[in-house]
Amino acid sequence: MTAMLNLQGVNKIYNPNSRHPVHAVIDLDLAVQPGEIVALLGSSGCGKTSTLRMVAGFEQVSSGSISLAGRDIHTFAPARRNVAMAFEGYSLYPPLTVRENIAFAMKSEKMATADVTARVDEIAQLLDIEDILDRYPTSLSGGQAQRAGLGRALVRKADLYLLDEPMGQLEPQLRAHLRGRIKHFIKERGLTAILVTHDQTEANALADRIAVMEGGVLQQFDTPAQLKDAPANLFTGTFIGEPPMNIFAAQAKSENGQLVFALDQGVDLSYDPTAFPDALQQAILGLGTVTLGVRPHAVQVRDHGAKAQVYAAQWLGDQTHIAAHFAGGSVVSVHHDRVSRAKGEEIGIVIAPQDLHVFDTASGNAVSHGGTLA
Amino acid sequence: MEHTSPLERILRGIALTAVVVFFMFPILWIVLMSLQTNETILRSPPSMVFEPTLSNYQAIISGQLTGNTATLEIKFMGNLLNSIILSVGSVALALLLGVPAAYAFARHKFRGSEDIAFTLLSFRFAPPLLVLLPLTIIFQQIGLADTYIGLIWVYQLICLPLILWIVRGYFEDISPDVEHAYRIAGHSWFATFRHIALPLARPGIAAAGLLAFIFAWNNFIFALVLASADKQPVTVGALAFITASGIQYGQIAAAIVLSIAPTLALALYAQRYLVEGLSLGAVKG
Ligand SMILES: Nc1ncnc2c1ncn2[C@@H]1O[C@H](COP(=O)(O)OP(=O)(O)OP(=O)(O)O)[C@@H](O)[C@H]1O
Ligand SMILES: [Mg+2]
Repeated sequence: MTAMLNLQGVNKIYNPNSRHPVHAVIDLDLAVQPGEIVALLGSSGCGKTSTLRMVAGFEQVSSGSISLAGRDIHTFAPARRNVAMAFEGYSLYPPLTVRENIAFAMKSEKMATADVTARVDEIAQLLDIEDILDRYPTSLSGGQAQRAGLGRALVRKADLYLLDEPMGQLEPQLRAHLRGRIKHFIKERGLTAILVTHDQTEANALADRIAVMEGGVLQQFDTPAQLKDAPANLFTGTFIGEPPMNIFAAQAKSENGQLVFALDQGVDLSYDPTAFPDALQQAILGLGTVTLGVRPHAVQVRDHGAKAQVYAAQWLGDQTHIAAHFAGGSVVSVHHDRVSRAKGEEIGIVIAPQDLHVFDTASGNAVSHGGTLA
Repeated sequence: MEHTSPLERILRGIALTAVVVFFMFPILWIVLMSLQTNETILRSPPSMVFEPTLSNYQAIISGQLTGNTATLEIKFMGNLLNSIILSVGSVALALLLGVPAAYAFARHKFRGSEDIAFTLLSFRFAPPLLVLLPLTIIFQQIGLADTYIGLIWVYQLICLPLILWIVRGYFEDISPDVEHAYRIAGHSWFATFRHIALPLARPGIAAAGLLAFIFAWNNFIFALVLASADKQPVTVGALAFITASGIQYGQIAAAIVLSIAPTLALALYAQRYLVEGLSLGAVKG
């Protein structure tokens, strides 16, 4: 299958000749399949909006190429790219009502008035904005204006839909509610979309694949499940997942026929070598210095195991978070039932080999997930 | 509604009246003077009671200035026409050049754009006399001295920076994404400029145009030095009222009334734009 959107070696450098050039997007390769929803996820300033704007044509690529539906579009004016976009900020045209703003986007499609009205009403219903259709943009709340802007993008027929934090200003309930509807809308029509978000839950719920970016570099581009189970490096490992992955510095060694990870303050995690294939053992022992990662959900609290001391235990209504001093740092463990642990209590920490992520400390790249080589 | 005591209302009324009287009195006085003969104006003690006469206006419009001793030819209506040509011409040219330039400065930060914009603004700080002498010589050499085109060109020193800086602020206040949304829906940047940016900045453009018009209309020094008799605007033409045979107060007053009438009318007409325009807010989200 040929990709709908293909970014190859795309770079964006702002103010290249000034004293402070900003390299906002670095050597980005990204291929989006037809009918796929891709989320761009990353912290603030990592280059998500810059990437979208290059695809839309509001920023020029500093180098690299972008093709959409088989056409090289990176030299085209935005008008000729056939993409629709919902903007991060305020973007409605103030002299027109919301209805006119949305209808306006379809002008170039030359449809009958009745069809336009029907399409606007459909979109308005989808986004719960029927009651504000005849209001003017200046009288809207941030969330209403944002949904109107999203409606204006979705109502169009385009090869690609670019949604830059389309629900950033909505409250969580409404967001969750609309998420399902929007996904259904996009999937039903087989549209291709890129969604920018800070919100992992949103990315997980909406996207087929998630592109994690940091510092202008694409860290990993994979399905939500793969991102969680097999993070490509320390960054995605710690960035994806809530609460974040527990991280420990360790020295790997072979001792008494066991594979031992020596953590700080004399804490040793010993594993039966059968849990790790030979090639993996070689790789880990070859590195020596590694970083271990384990998801809070996989940290088991037992009476035996490595010693830790509880400093906080919280019942959040649906899960318990236990935080404990462990190996010179701290470890967080999540339980789905109510577990009561007193502050200062001694507990034992057990980490099963299949839950262990091993990273190369020097490069940050993953070495293994569970017992398998990354 | 606010709650105000009767006393507060009365005091406020008095204060407002005082302000209005203070600012309107000179205008009222000029209008009254323009309806009197020189004798009634100069009598002592002055009195508000007089027999109104249109003779001053007649004299101005017909161009026959009758002093105490002689009759003088004066081309005040010609001056008025010159003022209109020069002011309208220079504001039109300044808008034509300044609005697209303001858009460029607002939207495209290119190398040195700030410096260029500031240089343009600095024309307004420079004392006009600084540029007048060289300009006179240059204009004489290239044949622009004493032409409308030459004057309108020089008037750009007044109008262009004003329009550029005011309108630029308006364009900057429009969220670029409003324009981006229009462009991505299949429109060229020029269509976007015309159909989105221009209408949204209209109050600002109107306000800037009006201010530029008033500044151009009131200009004295450029026209004094660069224009000969038949190109002179009212500001320079008014000098003719100081004659060897005395100052014709009544006729001066009539001339002043005629010369402020266009700006006043324009200001009243565009008041809505001015208030809207100078207080911004029209395009903010
Ligand atoms: N027009 C510009 N000129 C100079 N630098 C810019 C410009 N636009 C963005 N940048 C810089 O490029 C980097 C990436 O910005 P970008 O807007 O793409 O981030 P983002 O991932 O969308 O962030 P957020 O989540 O906060 O929206 C930032 O460091 C930003 O300061
Ligand atoms: Mg952004």
